[in-house]
Amino acid sequence: MNAFHPHLLDRRVRGARFVVWSALGILVVAFFRTQILGHGKYQLQSETNRLRPIPLPAPRGVITDRNGRVLAENVPGYTVALLPGPEAEMRTALARIARVVPLDSATIARVLDPRRRAPYHPAVVLSNAPFTVVSALEERRIGIPGLLIQTEPKRLYPDSTLVAHLVGYVGEITESELASGRFRHARLGSLVGKDGLERAYDDSLRGADGVRFVEVDAVGHLVREATEAAALAPVPGAPLRTTIDLDLQRYIAELFPRGQRGAVVAMNPNTGEILALYSAPGFDPNAFVGGVDPAYWRSLNESEAHPLLNRAIQARYPPGSVWKLAMAAMALKRGVVTARSRMPIPCRGGMAYGNRFFRCWEGRGHGDLTLTEAIAHSCDVYFYQLGLKLTLASLLEDANAWGFRRRTGIDLPGEVVSEFPTGTEYYDRLYGPRRWTSAVTLNLAIGQGENAQTLVNMVRLYQMLATDGESRPPFVVRPRVLSATSLELTPDQLAVLRRAMRNVVEQGTARGSRLAEISIAGKTATAQNPQGPDHGWFIGFGPAEKPEIVVGAIVEFARHGSSVAPLVARTIARYLGVDSTLVRELRLVLPADSAPEPVQILPGPLPPLPPVIPLDTSARDTSRAGPPPRD
Amino acid sequence: MLARLREIDRPLAAVVAALSAYGVAVLYSAGQTDVPTFVTTIWHRQLLWLALGIVGAVLLFRTSPRMLEWATPFAYGVAIILLALTLLIGTGAGPAAGTRSWIAIGGVRLGQPAELAKLATILMLARWLAERREPPATLRELVTPGVIAGVPFGLVLLQPDLGSALVFVVILFVMLFWAGTRLSQLVLLASPAVGLILAFSTVTWGAWILLLCGLLLWWRPYVWEGLTVMFANVVMGVIALPLWQRLAPYQQNRLLAFLNPEVDPRATGWHIIQSKIAIGSGGFFGKGFTAGTQKRLAFLPAQHTDFIFPVVGEELGFVGVVAALALFAALLFILLRIARRATDPFSSLCVFGVAGMLFVHIIENIGMTVNLMPVTGIPLPFFSYGGSFLLACFLGIGLSFRVAWESRQSGYL
Repeated sequence: MNAFHPHLLDRRVRGARFVVWSALGILVVAFFRTQILGHGKYQLQSETNRLRPIPLPAPRGVITDRNGRVLAENVPGYTVALLPGPEAEMRTALARIARVVPLDSATIARVLDPRRRAPYHPAVVLSNAPFTVVSALEERRIGIPGLLIQTEPKRLYPDSTLVAHLVGYVGEITESELASGRFRHARLGSLVGKDGLERAYDDSLRGADGVRFVEVDAVGHLVREATEAAALAPVPGAPLRTTIDLDLQRYIAELFPRGQRGAVVAMNPNTGEILALYSAPGFDPNAFVGGVDPAYWRSLNESEAHPLLNRAIQARYPPGSVWKLAMAAMALKRGVVTARSRMPIPCRGGMAYGNRFFRCWEGRGHGDLTLTEAIAHSCDVYFYQLGLKLTLASLLEDANAWGFRRRTGIDLPGEVVSEFPTGTEYYDRLYGPRRWTSAVTLNLAIGQGENAQTLVNMVRLYQMLATDGESRPPFVVRPRVLSATSLELTPDQLAVLRRAMRNVVEQGTARGSRLAEISIAGKTATAQNPQGPDHGWFIGFGPAEKPEIVVGAIVEFARHGSSVAPLVARTIARYLGVDSTLVRELRLVLPADSAPEPVQILPGPLPPLPPVIPLDTSARDTSRAGPPPRD
Repeated sequence: MLARLREIDRPLAAVVAALSAYGVAVLYSAGQTDVPTFVTTIWHRQLLWLALGIVGAVLLFRTSPRMLEWATPFAYGVAIILLALTLLIGTGAGPAAGTRSWIAIGGVRLGQPAELAKLATILMLARWLAERREPPATLRELVTPGVIAGVPFGLVLLQPDLGSALVFVVILFVMLFWAGTRLSQLVLLASPAVGLILAFSTVTWGAWILLLCGLLLWWRPYVWEGLTVMFANVVMGVIALPLWQRLAPYQQNRLLAFLNPEVDPRATGWHIIQSKIAIGSGGFFGKGFTAGTQKRLAFLPAQHTDFIFPVVGEELGFVGVVAALALFAALLFILLRIARRATDPFSSLCVFGVAGMLFVHIIENIGMTVNLMPVTGIPLPFFSYGGSFLLACFLGIGLSFRVAWESRQSGYL
């Protein structure tokens, strides 16, 4: 019997018709009951002028360091708000509040502007009211229609400036942020992370706001808690445990030269965990809680020192001599040199190339050096020749492959991309084809020229040198998945470089910061800054045999009185639990191991020399960085 | 080509055009809120998907059912591979952020393979059932179609997306029914699932087992069949509790909230309460197009996807709801007619399967807005925002156009 015989099909069609009819019939009945019979009830509920939702903000998750010490927590605070009502009513209420606590005109305009809040939600008048104000208002409650006072968790950063760049701060969501969809489940008036970890991990930190409903009368007086609509308890945000060592962070902040600008990054080279990340000058993230004071906001934005800038990841600097390790690694990888290789021209305080004289920072000259010695003494003449031997093409290729024009992918917002030429086309574009010479190689070879790196990216290079040559992407909470890069050096070649870096500290340019108990390897640099005094660099790791920590520091305008290397050395010693009093008294004079500008030998027109890339400390768009002031 | 287009099934074209226009209009309205959201401009993208859907429908209309039958195993295979891939590299989104339902390339979410897999499963089942000519008579013969629907069911369940997964089960039953499987077979096949649901109380489960014994004595299947069914039911009763505990909390909440919306107002009961308020406050004629206050104030959750029907209820009232239901009814009956008059079993089964898929989506989605059905995240055809499902619907419609055209050509009316 064919199952698709028309008679059988007709039977099934009748069955199917019956099912469709009855299902749709049930739906129509259900809608009839809801829409026609239940209309009155639901109409009443939909008229929300009777019920007002009062958001119950969820406490944000606590941020701790690796040992559970608090970086950001919550304390109870008071919020004074007004339930929305007719404008005249609200004006009266504001006038009466103003008798207790002075309100400026901007606050009043904000409260009265319905576009500044979610519909039917209370308008916040004072977001962080002191207890005296709250009790005074509570006494006058009868005369202030729609007054709503509730306790809300407020963010507190116990260490304030110390961790400002790391944890960031919170603020009210802006309309553009809301429209962008970056913040899930946020509504107008929600507090969201604006910078640092607060922003990067906002989704898990924020939790979910609860809501309770109050019944109000026609003029907006609060009548009672609504009973028919259940309140929803807020869901607190999840705690966030970071890899930061708060002790180390505090130690670095104490050690950092007062009043100077710069940054320090400490990292576990074997895992990529960031142990400390400090940027100076800092700011007070507590000042942003409950709306930043416009005067403070202005002072932050107009300050010459750009305190909001996280100099560890958001500022690019010419790497100067710390770059020489990258050069040495490239040359070793390509087999251009060995540890004992010498260059044709010994250092006599400089060398002629083209019709210019490229100087060494040491005007007296270093003489004939091996690679190891050249690193220890940071000899520019050696590295000029190394660069030429390596060739510009290889240099550019390796630098691109090793991530010198990428972000490290650290899990903090706003990391800027390090700058480096993509290839020789870059120079063709910049100067025109054949209008430049390989003199650019000389500049690149000593970390000057078209090369601007973030501190964290240079620390990543030393992390690779300190371990097996593989990169471990830096992270504060958990690594973002990134393709790792590799230096592709043999263990022997890495050992050569580590020995050379150890010599830097033992007998080279950083010998002042030598410690008896542990061996530290590292590299100094003084990077030329066209806009002022030179920047001081030091990146080091220890113990040199089996590194457990890499620390990089940059101090802007360090001049010659800087103590960048001891800063790093003592940080390493502290982390490794070695008494660092030995270096306490030391004031190291950091040599200016950066080559001065080459001089012209012959008069006449010259092919243009690449200018040093202007250091872009204001790289960050400050208009994006923070909230508009809570006028 | 044009001559052919003139011979298409006019009623079907009219109903689909009306539903598409209605759907886009409501989606546009869903974006008109007082609170800025990304939903505002989402109807632009829906129009693009609609255009893509029409192109797909035309392509399928140009494809012979024989060609389709040949290509079915490949389509099914690709769908299964995509589903498996989704489990590995899938991403979540929006309210369904915890699940992995989307395939994304370079951060751009391309679509939900599960929606297209529904169509592929329909084709595969149709091919298998049509080849046999005879309806499956024993439980053993039901194993193969069970596996065909079971594989995508399991893969979607792992995403985890229980609602979409259950659609595959419904598709299986609908198509078995159309292939002429006896009702008793279907009941026996479904009995373990019923046993699972009734196992929440020993009394109901005991009553069910007794009823099942009676049914087995009445229908007299093969002895081993009866024993298998009995055994499966007992096993279900035993594993019900551990299975319940393995459900994600949101899934538990949804099932509980179906029984009592007050139970967890945050997760799901809240949706139902808000949805009912919106629909109920619409009254007979509604509050006017784009003027729904509940929707404007963003009280409605997921008002552009799963809960788009309350927008119809609130703004266009009972009249708008009945109009939408009438259009859906017309669509289903037209598809039923096409399936009835199809020239061959494969075409007939395909069209009926598409109708069944649309039916379950319509009933489940609209039913949950008035608390007749538990809340699951499955979209409403032609209304909900979502490219993959719209595409799947239009592909199914294009196929139906072809089948209708074939029977017209052969004079089989």
